[in-house]
Amino acid sequence: MDVQVWTYILVGITFALYIGIAIWSRAGSTSEFYIAEGAVNPLTNGMATAADWMSAASFLSMAGLISFMGYDGTVYLMGWTGGYVLLALLLAPYLRKFGKFTVPDFIGDRYYSNTARTVAVICALIVSFTYVAGQMRGVGLVFSKFLEVDIFWGVIIGMAIVFFYAVLGGMKGITYTQVAQYCVLIFAFMVPAFFISMQLTGSPIPQIGFGSTVTDGSGMYLLDKLDQLHTELGFAEYTSGTKSMQDVFFITVALMVGTAGLPHVIVRFFTVPKVKDARISVGYALIFIAILYTTAPAIAVFARTNLIETVSEQPYEEMPPWFSTWEETALLNWVDKNEDGIINYAPGAAIVGAPDIIRDGLDIRRGANNQVMISNEVTANNNELYVDRDIMVLANPEIAGLPAWVAALVAAGGLAAALSTAAGLLLVISTSVSHDLIKKQFNKDISDKAELRYARIAAAVAVVVAGYFGINPPGFVAQVVAIAFGLAAASFFPAIILGIFYKKMNKQGALAGMIAGLIFTLAYIIFFKIAFPELNIPENWWFGISPEGIGTFGMLINLVVALSVKSFYPDPPEDVQEMVEGIRYPR
Amino acid sequence: MTQEKDLKGYWKKNLQYLSILLSIWFTVSYGFGILLAPWLNNFKMGGFKLGFWFAQQGSIYVFVVLIFIYVYLMNRLDMKFGVNEEDA
Repeated sequence: MDVQVWTYILVGITFALYIGIAIWSRAGSTSEFYIAEGAVNPLTNGMATAADWMSAASFLSMAGLISFMGYDGTVYLMGWTGGYVLLALLLAPYLRKFGKFTVPDFIGDRYYSNTARTVAVICALIVSFTYVAGQMRGVGLVFSKFLEVDIFWGVIIGMAIVFFYAVLGGMKGITYTQVAQYCVLIFAFMVPAFFISMQLTGSPIPQIGFGSTVTDGSGMYLLDKLDQLHTELGFAEYTSGTKSMQDVFFITVALMVGTAGLPHVIVRFFTVPKVKDARISVGYALIFIAILYTTAPAIAVFARTNLIETVSEQPYEEMPPWFSTWEETALLNWVDKNEDGIINYAPGAAIVGAPDIIRDGLDIRRGANNQVMISNEVTANNNELYVDRDIMVLANPEIAGLPAWVAALVAAGGLAAALSTAAGLLLVISTSVSHDLIKKQFNKDISDKAELRYARIAAAVAVVVAGYFGINPPGFVAQVVAIAFGLAAASFFPAIILGIFYKKMNKQGALAGMIAGLIFTLAYIIFFKIAFPELNIPENWWFGISPEGIGTFGMLINLVVALSVKSFYPDPPEDVQEMVEGIRYPR
Repeated sequence: MTQEKDLKGYWKKNLQYLSILLSIWFTVSYGFGILLAPWLNNFKMGGFKLGFWFAQQGSIYVFVVLIFIYVYLMNRLDMKFGVNEEDA
């Protein structure tokens, strides 16, 4: 059977499973819809959190990105795991004790202010919408590549599935589908990794494999070999990278703190019965996440070595079949600059922009070596190879010559990762509207049933909006990660931490801090990423901090502003101080 | 001892645990993985340069261990100060 048939089978089975779970776990009350009645087992919640957290980006793009960034990929590896330590130690147990439904709930009650609540709702909505658009796009991409379905229909199918279990089941449905999705995605991620590690290093465990010697008989360590290949081709050593140390530092802080401040992650810890469960649940979540995150850098090294060894300085005519398959999808291309028929791989971009294939009618135009011809302007450097980072995970099974079902499994895993994250985000959007806005601000006497109906309507509208952005991604969709994490780091995190650990923090301080952090961070990111992308070079950055890392600075501004403004206003009322006192102790 | 005093002691101890654990968290990730990584790369563990290993592997393992140490310490502390939820 070929990859496509296998993909239909595996994707079909997993989708049937998700729908089955959705029907079994319909939500009947707002408590079920928002937090699964707070009755989720901590281990189950850990697994669901892992799926909630690991998105299409973690599954499909991260290993590929690291593969091209080498040491610099550390920012993602540490940044997207280290935040869980902050969550476990500084946030989860206290927010569980607080015991309401949402993050804006905490901000609003703790700072005794509906304005603060509204600011928090706006942040939650911006963060979640930017993030969810990327997931829908991921769903569309997997469909279009593996099943040859149009991206449009891919997104529509993805929307229909998410719609079904998020709108029906709310948090309860999402939790149990996420558990299934975690199992699918981790299996799909690990299987090719085992195979390739075995092939390259003789060790089946990728975490050990990429620190072992290669099996070609040279007795050389894999990483030394890769460093050597890099140096020969003119790249920086794989294990040292090219970003400045302060930029690596700041990006890592922004991603860690941002992770700990993302509402769809925080809200998962409202679903367990006790404070004690919230603590251990973060631990379980991080174990499940770490399995993927410690494997990704190994895959990055394997894929990078395989790629260089297969293509560099080799005649185009001797390329394996996958090369032309991916060429035809415009994710891989070779421009024979010196017309020698040999693929020269070197630092720098080979062409301007992404490949634009020239077609004569329906046929792709072929060059002298039968390569796919593109209309892009070529650059002046020696590099002749264009590689899209995303294909490193998608094409890995083919590059390593693994059986067809492994490639199909990767497709099902990518879908699981994208759908599980999308569902978690949609829930945050829906609760923000039905609970934080409608219930808390506009109609306090609303019945539980009516609130639940609004929650479902909001979820349904959010699915459609997310789908629209998935089909028509705004030009800046690639930058959303910086925005989402930067905003979470600069707004929620400091406000929550001060709310728990500084009893005397008042609403004026917290509000001023959140708004200052938010505006500063947004302005910096929009300036460099959207308004003037041509100025986005290290020489122009403040203190050498890229827009990805600026959330760290925004967080510091938030803290400084909050603490200074605080001193001009009275302490919070007694009952609020008592509440803060109360959340510090499990009982 | 009054209830009030008990709780103050609990919170103080909690903050103490937090500062120790977060210092380790910072040292391993930002220290070994970033600031000291170039220097640690002079040493090797198997095929890994040590700074690189901490940045892409070691720090993540340490994060997991830190959370479980925290869970253990806090559960013990909850019992000691009688704020554990089982008795509720």
